Amino acid sequence: MNKMLYILVMAGTTYLIRVLPLTLIRKKIKNRFIRSFLYYVPYVTLTVMTFPAIMDATANPIAGLVSLVVGIVLALLNVGLFPVAVSCCAVVFVLEMIL
Amino acid sequence: MTAKATTRKKLNNPFLEGVRDGLPIALGYFAVAFSLGIMAKKAGLTPFEGFLASFLTNASAGENAGFLVIREDSGLAVMALMTLVASARYFLMACSLSQRFDPKMPFYHRLLIGFDLTDEIFGAQIARPGNVCPAYTYGLFVLPLIGWSSGTALGIVTGNALPANIVSALSVALYGMFIAIVVPPAKKDKVVAGTVIVSLLLSFALSRLPVVSELSEGVRILILTVVISAGAALLFPIKEGDAHE
Repeated sequence: MNKMLYILVMAGTTYLIRVLPLTLIRKKIKNRFIRSFLYYVPYVTLTVMTFPAIMDATANPIAGLVSLVVGIVLALLNVGLFPVAVSCCAVVFVLEMIL
Repeated sequence: MTAKATTRKKLNNPFLEGVRDGLPIALGYFAVAFSLGIMAKKAGLTPFEGFLASFLTNASAGENAGFLVIREDSGLAVMALMTLVASARYFLMACSLSQRFDPKMPFYHRLLIGFDLTDEIFGAQIARPGNVCPAYTYGLFVLPLIGWSSGTALGIVTGNALPANIVSALSVALYGMFIAIVVPPAKKDKVVAGTVIVSLLLSFALSRLPVVSELSEGVRILILTVVISAGAALLFPIKEGDAHE
């Protein structure tokens, strides 16, 4: 089948998933449970996407794990988004040379 | 590093502020898109098709699944369903983000902001205090869109040309960003901190347990997000009249 059609269906479906809530939910949600649920969603989803995936992303899982710990410590010190990301990369780069 | 440095300084121009905050996202995307390009190549996509697919879709798990469907030529219905499952978490993120819009904001911004609502761009918008500022969000889009689509195209062209240790190091940039988004609010809110710790434990358990570890990563993320967030919401509902969340 035409690859372009596949690409359009993939892109269209993804766009609808994103844009329907953005356009249909026009008011502040009143329900306390839903509001609480949505408050926790980003933190949970970012956490479960990071771990244990960070250990599978690197050639050596230990390097990934150490970069996670270093990242958490630096983030606790509020050093900012970019320095944390770069430090994690550096940790993996250096550790994979040693390990 | 200075102890005083705040997580993210506000610039006078929100668009430029977005461009700045988009840089680490773009770097991480470039590395991930590169390996996605290798998947796209296996599916028989040309560099242009790969560029277009990534520019229009902006979803790592979704595109990974999508390229698999193309490779196996499984039909458009399967494509729609796979995309739905692999990217369903964006639905939740969009619900969450809808609560951060100024009700007076012109409607077309909702259509545009939805175009590139990825995990990272969502995270950056959420991390910025107050209502979503469209100019900031559009600034945020610029570099990641370029990094993501050109990375895919380049992955198709060059295959495995980047040294493995560079790919390995670059691939954690995304996670470093996630960490930097999650940790500061967890430091301020004990319930968020507890939720994050439970998420770490359950996520690890589900990825290693028999049977459940067979689930695709996208589905696992979806289930964990719904169950843990619902649990936290039941046990620790947020205070009424919390203006920003």
